[in-house]
Amino acid sequence: MHLGRTARIALRLGAALGFAVIYVPLLLVLVNSLSPDRSASWPPPGLTLHWWSVAAGNSGARAAVWVSVKAGLGATAIALVLGTLIAFAVARHRFFGRGTVSFVVVLPIALPGIVTGIALNSAFGTVLKPLGVGLGLFTVIVGHATFCIVVVFNNVVARLRRTAASYEEAAMDLGASSFRAFADVTFPLVRSALLAGGLLAFALSFDEIVVTTFTAGPGIETLPIWIFNNMTRPQQAPVVNVVAAVLVLLSVVPIYAAQRLSADTATSSRV
Amino acid sequence: MTTDATPAAGRGTVRRLAGTLHRRPRLRLTLLLTAPLLWLAVLYLGSLTVLFVSAFWTTNSFTSQVVKVWSTDNFHALFTTPVFRLVVLRSVGVALAVTVLCAVIAFPVAFYTARVARPRWRPLLVVAILTPLWASYLVKVYAWRLILAEGGLADWMLRPFGLSGPGFGLPATVLTLTYLWLPYMILPVHTALEQLPDNLLDASADLGARAGRTFRSVVLPMVLPSVAAGSVFTFSLSLGDYITVQIVGGKTQLIGNLVYSNIELNLPMAAALGTVPVVVIVLYLLAIRRTGALNNL
Repeated sequence: MHLGRTARIALRLGAALGFAVIYVPLLLVLVNSLSPDRSASWPPPGLTLHWWSVAAGNSGARAAVWVSVKAGLGATAIALVLGTLIAFAVARHRFFGRGTVSFVVVLPIALPGIVTGIALNSAFGTVLKPLGVGLGLFTVIVGHATFCIVVVFNNVVARLRRTAASYEEAAMDLGASSFRAFADVTFPLVRSALLAGGLLAFALSFDEIVVTTFTAGPGIETLPIWIFNNMTRPQQAPVVNVVAAVLVLLSVVPIYAAQRLSADTATSSRV
Repeated sequence: MTTDATPAAGRGTVRRLAGTLHRRPRLRLTLLLTAPLLWLAVLYLGSLTVLFVSAFWTTNSFTSQVVKVWSTDNFHALFTTPVFRLVVLRSVGVALAVTVLCAVIAFPVAFYTARVARPRWRPLLVVAILTPLWASYLVKVYAWRLILAEGGLADWMLRPFGLSGPGFGLPATVLTLTYLWLPYMILPVHTALEQLPDNLLDASADLGARAGRTFRSVVLPMVLPSVAAGSVFTFSLSLGDYITVQIVGGKTQLIGNLVYSNIELNLPMAAALGTVPVVVIVLYLLAIRRTGALNNL
């Protein structure tokens, strides 16, 4: 389409404005973490690293990071196993209800988090409480794993669809058992998809707040919950600012890794 | 001799098992699906079903205990209580406003990244759109809390014009949600614009259409299904959100807040309220499916 000069300039300006809107808030979080002031007033009266050192020693934030890491690793491990199993079933078999299975996998992330949250909360209440098991880290992991399955599934199923089953058949024609064919042929083919899916699952779990609210027991505080609880406390504001800035900086890691792992994950975003 | 025989026997068993599995695809399928389906169908769908059934139960107003007697009182209350109706309408309005804003902002950005920017730069620009998706949800909302706070960036930027920022409230909620879900709209629109065949645009120009006419008659109809695909995310994510409105919404209440505030004292009512976003999203998906957009997801 031939665009006039003015149209091109207008589009450039519009896009520049769009990118500014996307990045200014993130930059603001970074700058704000260096502000000596407790309030969010702009421009900051000066720049200091004082709050970074205060935040480094903040036991609440550190404990919350640790809880989040444990929950993320647990949920990722479960999601990797279950997501891969479903992916193999859907990609390598034809069976009644195959479409339904793919639908049920997406459901936990498609429904509003609050619906998933209260459903799991009341189920845990009715099933686990009589067994003497209360809400805790375990229930957080179960809740997170439920909506993490889909990202592993999506990655692995996409990879399996692009690699023909004939590789495995060739291995078995050459005398490999189905286990051997899996270990030597199939697994290396899906390994990077598993890594990418696992990374996505961990990121998703690490960032989750709604389902966590309903599945965490008393005393279980993941990092998002900690931020949410401390966000409105003026006393804690500088530490929250630093934690937020660290999270902004860390968000570059998964995008870099996803880019390196596989081209298809980078564009399929985190859904 | 026994030391030799054991691994051989072990290997034989594994080999036989592999053979059995290979010959019996049904058994293989059962083994693959049992654990995931127990998790998703029994644990997840089971809890969802119980939740939606409990929407038809009631609560003893003195003890807050759930009474398992079938009644449609909660849904009756849902349709007749003015507050509930207002909040539901407001939530749908917010979700629609966010969707429209996202589409309006996404178009110039995607048009630039897909067709105007130098081809060499395009993949990098896509990464630039994607990166904020990885920044923590809560941090992005917090960023807007900082921007919209009294004396914050918004106030500072508007002061030369004699204006002040919108402060915390409904407009702040719409703004923040638009920011949060914008990449979900830009990406599908970018992809659609990128895949637009050049010869269609040339043909339109050859037939005498100017850029504006080509845009309206060729580009827009071909990109609309992708806008619809993006809107599935912007709409449903906005409708279910209740954290953002707590942080930047002041006293504004959306449907999620009503669900949340009813959980402790009246779980059946919370469940009934929780069905609202689900039903609205399903209706929205059904409407969108007619455009063929869901095949693009």
